[in-house]
Amino acid sequence: MDQQVGTTRMAVVPATQSLGKRRARRFPVDGVARVVVTVAACAILVLLAAIFAAMYGDARLSMDQFGFDFLTSKRWNPAEGQESYGALSSIYGTAVSTALAMALAVPLSILISVFLVELAPRWLAAPMGTMIELLAAVPSIIYGMFGLFILKPILAESMGPWIKQSWLGQTFLFEGAPNGLGMLNAGLILAMMILPFLTAITRDVFLSVPRLMREAAYGVGATTWEVTRNVTLRYGRAGIIGACLLALGRAMGETMAVTYVIGNSNDMSWSLFKQSNTIASRMANEFMEATSRPLQLSALIELGFILLLLSVLVQILARAWMAWAAARTEGRA
Amino acid sequence: MKLRSPAWRRLHDRGVKALCGLAAGGGCALLFWILLIVYQRGSQSLRLEFFTQAPTPPLAGAAPGGLEADFDFSVPEAPTDQRKGAAAAPAATPPAGGMGNDIIGSLLMTVLATLLAVPLGVLAGFYLAEFGRHSWLASAVRFAANVAFGVPSIIVGVFVYVVLVRPWGGFSGYAGGVALAIIMVPIIARTTEDMLRLVPDTLREATLALGATRWQTTLLVSRSARAGILTGILLALARVSGETAPLLFTALNSWYWLDLSSPAAFHQSFSGPTPNLMNQIYLDTTSPETWPEQIQRGWAGALVVTLGVLAVTVPARLLFRGRTHDAR
Repeated sequence: MDQQVGTTRMAVVPATQSLGKRRARRFPVDGVARVVVTVAACAILVLLAAIFAAMYGDARLSMDQFGFDFLTSKRWNPAEGQESYGALSSIYGTAVSTALAMALAVPLSILISVFLVELAPRWLAAPMGTMIELLAAVPSIIYGMFGLFILKPILAESMGPWIKQSWLGQTFLFEGAPNGLGMLNAGLILAMMILPFLTAITRDVFLSVPRLMREAAYGVGATTWEVTRNVTLRYGRAGIIGACLLALGRAMGETMAVTYVIGNSNDMSWSLFKQSNTIASRMANEFMEATSRPLQLSALIELGFILLLLSVLVQILARAWMAWAAARTEGRA
Repeated sequence: MKLRSPAWRRLHDRGVKALCGLAAGGGCALLFWILLIVYQRGSQSLRLEFFTQAPTPPLAGAAPGGLEADFDFSVPEAPTDQRKGAAAAPAATPPAGGMGNDIIGSLLMTVLATLLAVPLGVLAGFYLAEFGRHSWLASAVRFAANVAFGVPSIIVGVFVYVVLVRPWGGFSGYAGGVALAIIMVPIIARTTEDMLRLVPDTLREATLALGATRWQTTLLVSRSARAGILTGILLALARVSGETAPLLFTALNSWYWLDLSSPAAFHQSFSGPTPNLMNQIYLDTTSPETWPEQIQRGWAGALVVTLGVLAVTVPARLLFRGRTHDAR
């Protein structure tokens, strides 16, 4: 179709146009524009490929040195002469902090969406929705500072001891003394950061459920909660899972906020009170010192490469899942 | 399904409703709490000097170089008495100074990023919505833009370090601007496409039927999607103005002013470590507790950044909201 437009272009010229103007038009503006926009679009492809290539290229040194052990070892020793690096503790920290954030933020975002869509009157729902979305605009460094200066004392002095005294304190999840920094703080901060993102998508999913279905359920006498659980959530399940995957990708790569609060230690522990590190926080912390040490730099870049692969994988999964879910819903309708 | 008594169901429903209200209220309260903290702590040292002065380095007497070596991002050692004496030496300046140089550096890097990213992103969006559409290349680019959108910003920083900073021999404002631009491009491309897609195809058909070229059609269509495209650009701008991670290893930081006296001098100073708000805030707020002036200065910087980001985000949202209501 595009080609057709190209050829008919010259034939249809408004009668008012002079021959000279028509000649001047011969400069192939359209052809040039086509080339320019195509190049711009391809630049994105090239950029993404370049990111992969550059990260892989610089990770090679560490890959050759440590091989597969890099993934299974938790050593991280930058001491001169006995350098040895493994990604396990960072991967573990990333996984646990992300899982904790998801466990806190997903139910919360569903509750908020129910309130915004089903319960709140319009005059309240709109500004509240905006406020929660604005949480996403707050820079991540502010969350980090909030975690370090506000949440840390709270965790160390009131919430931590309180958890310690309850039955939870006896479980392996809360071993050791709470000092405010560590996995729990990072999980809380990450949950705050992905909450607006999750809520925005969950709310859209809720709104996409046909009114008729919800009203039919209300019509047979279901309560608001029953409608939400049995109709809205079931109908929107696919969309919400997609939202969770996207939020997961975000939480994994979050750097500054986590760097402030996770404590940046190489320990691996079940306890959420213990300090830890994530892939991103380790990179933020050690990259500058490592610029003069090729092996450590390469190990950090390999860590980054792992993070890149993980987040791209999650992203692809999320998109594929959402496309599949959309196709299925369409087929059903 | 289990049969429950109506009373139980009503009670249960009330409980869940209350929880929902609490959660929503809590979410909003969280925003106010964060903003309140930033305002309270930041406004204390936000005086005029904050905008007109450069930060005083912690060891003012001992840091003449201002090169990379001064910016070890690991937590600095607590000052010994001797060092405290050195820091107090230049008594003419207040203990902490301001972040004027950082504000200018951040603004210039953001401008550079915008100049690079807006044409590229908007043109790519044109391709996706108007020229490519359903072609395999368009699908591939769309996919790449989505993936690039999900690449953690610290990875972008490392990427720019590897391809620009290291081979070109140093940290620079240019590298920082490029890193921010890389984050902006996919956002702008995708929102531009989405906004163009909102324009009904009948407009395109009408324009093409009148003999307009594809490019003329695109310009016309983009005129009706103007507000949406601008919103996308503003949101991308807001997002990168709060980014720290991509600047850590690209722009680094500097205690000094950029030299704006002539283009050549500017190029010279922008080619070296460039002052920027985010890294200065990070450095200041991770100082040991024995340096309260610096932590104070960090909070003031945080207030400025937060206000700046909100000042871009809120109008962008209002702009778009107003627009969609018109369209309905």
